[in-house]
Amino acid sequence: MFNWASTLTAVAMVLSIAAGAVASELPAGIETIGRPATDNELSAWDIDVRPDFLGLPPGSGDVWQGEEIWLEKCAACHGDFGDSNEVFAPIVLGNITDEDIETGRVAALQDPAVARTTLMKVATLSTLWDYIYRAMPWNAPKSLTPDEVYALLAYILNLGYIVDEDLVLSDANIDEVQARMPNRNGMRQDHGLWSLRGEPDVNGDTCETDCEVDLTVSSSLPDYAMNAHGNLAEQVRSVSPYAGLWTAPEEAAQVAAPPVAAAPETLLGQSGCTGCHQMAGQLVGPGFDAIRARYAGAENAAYLEQKIVNGGAGVWGGIPMPPMPGLDSDTLQSIVTWLTAATDHSGEES
Amino acid sequence: MAGEQQEQGQLRLAPESFLAPDLVNDIQRNGVDDARRKLLRGAFAAASAALIAPTLRASDDPDIVNVPEWSRSLGKPVAANPYGLPSPYESNIVRRQSPGLTQTDQASVAFTPLQNLFGMITPSGLHFERHHQGWVDIDPRRHRLMINGLVETPLVFTMEDLLRLPSVSRIHFLECGANTALEWGNVAVPTVQYSHGMLSASEFTGVPVSLLLERAGYDRKRARYLLAEGADGSSMTRTINLENALDDAMVAYGQNGEMLRPENGYPLRLVVPGVQGVSWVKWLRRLEVGDQPWAAKDEASHYVDLMPDGSHRQYTSIQEAKSVITAPSGGQKLLKQGYYCITGLAWSGRGSVSRVEVSVDGGRNWQVARLEGPVLPKALTRFNFDWTWNGEEAMLQSRVTDTSGYTQPARAQLVAVRGTRSIYHNNAIQTWRVGADGEVHNVQLG
Ligand code: HEC
Ligand code: HEC
Repeated sequence: MFNWASTLTAVAMVLSIAAGAVASELPAGIETIGRPATDNELSAWDIDVRPDFLGLPPGSGDVWQGEEIWLEKCAACHGDFGDSNEVFAPIVLGNITDEDIETGRVAALQDPAVARTTLMKVATLSTLWDYIYRAMPWNAPKSLTPDEVYALLAYILNLGYIVDEDLVLSDANIDEVQARMPNRNGMRQDHGLWSLRGEPDVNGDTCETDCEVDLTVSSSLPDYAMNAHGNLAEQVRSVSPYAGLWTAPEEAAQVAAPPVAAAPETLLGQSGCTGCHQMAGQLVGPGFDAIRARYAGAENAAYLEQKIVNGGAGVWGGIPMPPMPGLDSDTLQSIVTWLTAATDHSGEES
Repeated sequence: MAGEQQEQGQLRLAPESFLAPDLVNDIQRNGVDDARRKLLRGAFAAASAALIAPTLRASDDPDIVNVPEWSRSLGKPVAANPYGLPSPYESNIVRRQSPGLTQTDQASVAFTPLQNLFGMITPSGLHFERHHQGWVDIDPRRHRLMINGLVETPLVFTMEDLLRLPSVSRIHFLECGANTALEWGNVAVPTVQYSHGMLSASEFTGVPVSLLLERAGYDRKRARYLLAEGADGSSMTRTINLENALDDAMVAYGQNGEMLRPENGYPLRLVVPGVQGVSWVKWLRRLEVGDQPWAAKDEASHYVDLMPDGSHRQYTSIQEAKSVITAPSGGQKLLKQGYYCITGLAWSGRGSVSRVEVSVDGGRNWQVARLEGPVLPKALTRFNFDWTWNGEEAMLQSRVTDTSGYTQPARAQLVAVRGTRSIYHNNAIQTWRVGADGEVHNVQLG
């Protein structure tokens, strides 16, 4: 079997030893497949920022501007102070001391009782700059300008007491701030899982008979937790040498479910609604339970359709719902039919 | 027995024999019209009625004696499902989420139902899902791959370009670095789907990364790392060791003979055999050659392994050898004593599986299991082990040794070095306890 990769590796190794001119071993004609990238194309996509700040665009922003943008674009998910656990793990929660900033090691990381936050872990400021610029806000990635990212980062760092509130963060002073990152010395790469030639840190026993073992069961799933993953009996093939354990409440199996309009959960998930709405209770947007209670009745369908497609704010609060123009009409109709169906749950739905 | 069989042999003839020879001839010659269709219907109805007639004896299997309806009817036409689907009786064999594991459904996981799968390949529709910012449907005509950084000429490839280049096809496993993450400190989930189901394997087809780097004229003296970047909203980035990239990484468009599924990166993803799944960047849009690692979000805030001294191991990439018994496994029940074929999977990111051993007494005694071929590097290897259950408590375990000489450790050995908070790279030996009642439960020993 002809193997490109190993052939080329061998070639590469020979060449790197010889450090000589590059002799291409590619099949003839391949050099015409693919074309050179243009400068505009490169700058549109090559947006990564490295720990040495290679790739960082010039710009600046201060803590106060950052706070304003944060409250508008980030707080709904991360909390006003970056401390929310609703949508994702907290970015800031305290737990960083002056001494950590001094030593570059966050001491609280040794304490299993302390929740780990982004600022406690991340050693490199470039990581946060790069990530916010490429991926946040979660529902509208790549919508921020470099200046906005500098401002947001200044605000986040201030929330963690790493910089003062008068900081104007810019490409000119970012390396000074890097020198204050509380866990900047907390990462190590001297382990066996990075290089193909790395040495394992643990190796198992190969004892075959009468091995010394402790057979005490130190952990198992408590009975009450057995049904947290649904009815296990339904998760095994109907023909199997093994039955699945019945972990659903017995009564639920016998009482026929009331004919409540089923939630189009797959559609809501695929259409990106569940990032902001949950079935019950406020998330970024109102809970679907509240929406359904408010808009029961086919006469509301047209209003909801246009609201979902065009977005808008003010009905439930100041946070806008973004336009969702990508929905196909079948999906939109199924969702709206469900939203406007009468919701006579009489306490049956949990 | 023989006597009974003979009595059953008095069953009536098969339906076609109920058609009068004249009618058969007539239909063969003139086709089926309404009148003939009526005659046919009458004949079949009479035949069916006749078939249910024999009286069942206690030892008779009604599914044999009462010839089932699918044996007595015309089947569905070709292309009724132009894209074939599993039998409706398999509709419960699906990817599932672990409730409460994540706060949202777009930064989440759906696990592969390992307890129900055979062999060494995961059906594409059951390949586990892990996304950080949802999944996207990309128009392949508008997808591009860019190669830049320390290269002579930064290049752009269309999908047509990539499909024209020489391709390779290889079978590899894909395991999330956080597979089995919930089980570091204590048992947290009931079944192998949730404990080990961020694991799948496919045949991938694509272009070797080495070929693309060669084509772009990468700087052999300075190049040490690659940055891989996705085209989705997260534009996930990960640093790849050049070593791995040149060894066997590929830019893949094919999965199990068809194009990648959208949830798995359609139309293009990186394949880095032996390395944790997060590095197999989906919806791949760019590869950049560099001389330092990038410390991307998922190699600086997540996918870093916390050690007991409060330091984090960064760039932990390679998936060390691991194995698990997939049946019988947690959440199942053995219904009777006697023979069982214990079956499971073994794999290693450092080479091939050389041996799998099974213990039924919690690791006191080990016996070698059969490896079902082919045994391929950085692929899943199916193992089987004959076992007779005598109705007493048993503790089932498997352990793998790979071609590098590494043996899968016990949980206590791993925890002694790494503590219980490192989240990633838990490749400990798994224990399933079979109770005297036949119930199988996930347990940890010692
Ligand atoms: C709609 C909800 C939402 C909004 C709005 C949002 N985020 Fe996020 N953010 C998330 C989620 C979810 C993640 C985790 C994504 C993942 O799993 O990779 C995240 C991750 C992050 C992280 C990385 C945390 C870590 O430790 O990995 C940072 C930093 C961040 N967001 C900053 C911001 C900023 C700044 C804004 C505003 C410009 C913002 N986010 C707006 C949901 C949101
Ligand atoms: C980025 C967050 C976000 C996403 C994604 C989102 N919504 Fe909303 N949605 C909101 C917010 C915020 C509101 C409240 C708006 C207001 O006050 O008018 C809202 C309101 C609504 C309402 C009530 C409208 C009204 O005027 O009372 C409906 C119905 C709704 N959303 C449906 C959907 C559906 C369906 C989807 C998916 C196709 C979706 N949303 C996706 C944030 C979101």
